[in-house]
Amino acid sequence: MEDLKMFESFSYLFLQQYWWTIISLLGSLLVFLMFVQGGQTLIYTLGETEEEKTMIINSLGRKWELTFTTLVTFGGAFFASFPLFYSTSFGGAYWVWMTILFSFVIQAVSYEYRRKPGNFLGARTFEIFLMINGFLGTILIGTAVGTFYNGAMFSIDQMHFSKWETPYGGLEAILTFHNVALGVSVYFLSRILGALYLMNSINDNNIRQRAKTQVWYNAIPFLIFFLYFLITLLLKDSFSYDRESGFVYIEPYKYLHNLIHMPVVLVFLLSGIVLVLCGIWKGAFKSTSISGIWFAGSGTILTVFSLFLIAGLNHTAFYPSVADPQSSLTIENASSSKFTLTIMSYVSLLVPFVLAYIWYAWKSMDNRKIDAQDMKENTHVY
Amino acid sequence: MIENINVSLVDWSRAQFALTAMYHWIFVPLTLGITFIMAIMESIYLKTGNPEWKKITKFWMKLFGINFAIGVATGIILEFEFGTNWSNYSWFVGDIFGAPLAIEGIMAFFLETTFIAVMFFGWEKVGKGFHLLSTWLVAIGSNLSALWILVANGWMQDPRGMEFNPVTARNEMVNFLDVALSPTAINKFLHTLYSSYLLSAVFVIGVASWYLLKKREVVLARKSILVAAIFGLLTSLFTISTGDGSARRIAKVQPMKLASLEGLYHGREHANLIAWGFMSNKPVDMDKQEQKDFYYKIEIPGFLSYLAYADWNAFVPGIHDLLQGNSKYGLMSVKEKTERGRYAIGKLKAYKDAVDRKDNVVAETLKSEFLSKNFKENYFKYFGYGYITNPDKLIPNIPLMFYSFHIMVVLGFYFLLFFILIIYLILRKKTIENKWILRIAIWSIPLAYVASQCGWIVAEVGRQPWVIQDLMPAMIAVSHISTGAVQVTFWLFVVIFTTLLIAELKIMFKQIEVGPKEDGGPKNV
Repeated sequence: MEDLKMFESFSYLFLQQYWWTIISLLGSLLVFLMFVQGGQTLIYTLGETEEEKTMIINSLGRKWELTFTTLVTFGGAFFASFPLFYSTSFGGAYWVWMTILFSFVIQAVSYEYRRKPGNFLGARTFEIFLMINGFLGTILIGTAVGTFYNGAMFSIDQMHFSKWETPYGGLEAILTFHNVALGVSVYFLSRILGALYLMNSINDNNIRQRAKTQVWYNAIPFLIFFLYFLITLLLKDSFSYDRESGFVYIEPYKYLHNLIHMPVVLVFLLSGIVLVLCGIWKGAFKSTSISGIWFAGSGTILTVFSLFLIAGLNHTAFYPSVADPQSSLTIENASSSKFTLTIMSYVSLLVPFVLAYIWYAWKSMDNRKIDAQDMKENTHVY
Repeated sequence: MIENINVSLVDWSRAQFALTAMYHWIFVPLTLGITFIMAIMESIYLKTGNPEWKKITKFWMKLFGINFAIGVATGIILEFEFGTNWSNYSWFVGDIFGAPLAIEGIMAFFLETTFIAVMFFGWEKVGKGFHLLSTWLVAIGSNLSALWILVANGWMQDPRGMEFNPVTARNEMVNFLDVALSPTAINKFLHTLYSSYLLSAVFVIGVASWYLLKKREVVLARKSILVAAIFGLLTSLFTISTGDGSARRIAKVQPMKLASLEGLYHGREHANLIAWGFMSNKPVDMDKQEQKDFYYKIEIPGFLSYLAYADWNAFVPGIHDLLQGNSKYGLMSVKEKTERGRYAIGKLKAYKDAVDRKDNVVAETLKSEFLSKNFKENYFKYFGYGYITNPDKLIPNIPLMFYSFHIMVVLGFYFLLFFILIIYLILRKKTIENKWILRIAIWSIPLAYVASQCGWIVAEVGRQPWVIQDLMPAMIAVSHISTGAVQVTFWLFVVIFTTLLIAELKIMFKQIEVGPKEDGGPKNV
């Protein structure tokens, strides 16, 4: 039996780092899968006729649950591995999270109900719901993640119960432009990914041509906001902590230092950015290519993964408190117990298996691209 | 901490969670059961090659899709509400509660999500075998997700497999199997699942009966009734059997819940079970042995003792015994428990203060006292009672509990008879002739939903005020947010859920009216 004890032999810190890595991976997959949200904001831009719109919505509708499930799992994994973040952020930044949730609630029914007979709200209502989800979901999640770097207004008492120090329930995060810059970057990135995905998924020249234009149009604001976010991030001072005492202090160029101290992460970040640019270039300028989504998608995963890693590893407070720096959350003070992380680590071994069957099912379903004929033949059409 | 409790905030937070949970539970049971019914039907299609079965499977899938979407919409709110509205709870138990939620996501949700796309859209894109496998995996995935959330819920009713850590001021898991295989959790899981299957069977029979009444889709209706009736009969038997198991677990770990659902104020040996009754609205004087608390009741002698303890003469404690204590049967009074709980809270506070002023010697002494076996068994066990200021708050709403429980039980037996009758009629080949039976079958659909909601009212109202039985009352679990914020979101939820429910019902009714047309999908509205 002793030989089977794999995770038990690892240190508590290793398990905390392992779980931060899993959270980072889930977060990066979520941002990639937000091509669904980005695509939703392009329904009217890319689809001029009813048939085109139907193809777009059906293409996105076959993937929306994957994004939704990744969001739910991201939340569940955060709860399980870093419950103090769950209680502090969700319980404090109430309005931010509630708005995000509302936008996902209205998304969940929209695909199924949009064109069903008996829909008294009308198809357009559900299309607007999808647009709202695409807009708010991306910007607010991006802005909320921005507080990982810029901090939030909370304090934690001796019983580890948290309190938000402003009456605005987290909405004050939008007053920090750096947070908003990340939110807007995520929004434009999701539109780029959405356009690239639709080019790949739908066999229709008109949609593909319009999508190409959109890749380019959205790439410009994306690059402006993202480069602003990234450069500011690397030049900013941020919250570090002493491992022995847990004391939190400000370290100049913290995130730049993190990249230098973790060169693998730096390689991930640079490779990710190059891949995203490559995907944009393929999508916008290569006339016959429909593979841009795979470049930009893998680049997104690598970039976001590395941004999450530098937020939490290398003695960094992943959720700094601006109101009371010593309340800042680190992977060490916010995590579950060693026992729980160990159990959860065994469960995490299922992740590659899950990814494999998702890939297999996706591949099986996408063997035939969506086209007008498919919309006529299929009995389950959104 | 206790001086800052805002009762209004607690009540609104409770109301919001109850609202979300009840809406969510309108849609979940059908998802859990109909997926298996669809999988059985598709298996028959593959076995027989009869295209009629494919048509039938696809029809039920359409209804499933309509129901599933809104179930997902309401489900996401529930998960995040643990953080948004019950943040103190999220920390106090996150080490245990979070794990089942994460496992649910990794093991179940992805399975369900991935293969639901194959199930809906893959008829012409993947092989028949792979498609059938996908349908089964959707059924297994959705049921697995129920397992983990019910493990988490079971733990809240019967906390075990953990130890309180004064350093982190939270409960930490020490034995995963104790949590995952807790008899309360397993019983809850099975009872919830079987009752959901039962509801799905009633739904399928009811919809099929409507077609028979209209003399439409006769083949679909008869075949669907056949599958659903067998499925329903088996699951109604299991529902009753696991309900019995649940009652035994409640008697063991939540005696106040048992006493309240029977309206039992004073405990007794050879306690009678009230089969049905009408409660009096006169105020109850707890000190009187004999209460005039029922206008009318039908009792089964000694059956409550048997139901709770498998012993016709066992003592079943009443509400008065549980509040005031009963030395003859070794029951401690709430007053005593409260004092012990306050002592435990005080010790934790003293330890934390010592840590804050860096008095390591005192802190270590207090910590070792806190972790001693004697302290855990005699003081920490009653930790949650330390926050109770009014013992009356420990009594759940008795009329709500009594009626919910009895409606659920009566309907449970009704459904057993219903399925027996349907199978009898199938065997006699009389399904189509008896219009009254068909009408009863249609009207049984809302009854199944009533029974299902009643079950959750019993489970959740019955444990109030505890969020975690005996350890954490709701007033301590709540987030420090403004009552106004929760009021606003509560009403927003009311509006949005109600609108979506109406949309769902209208679409569902219309889809049933349209029937299983193979005409290329929905029409524009």
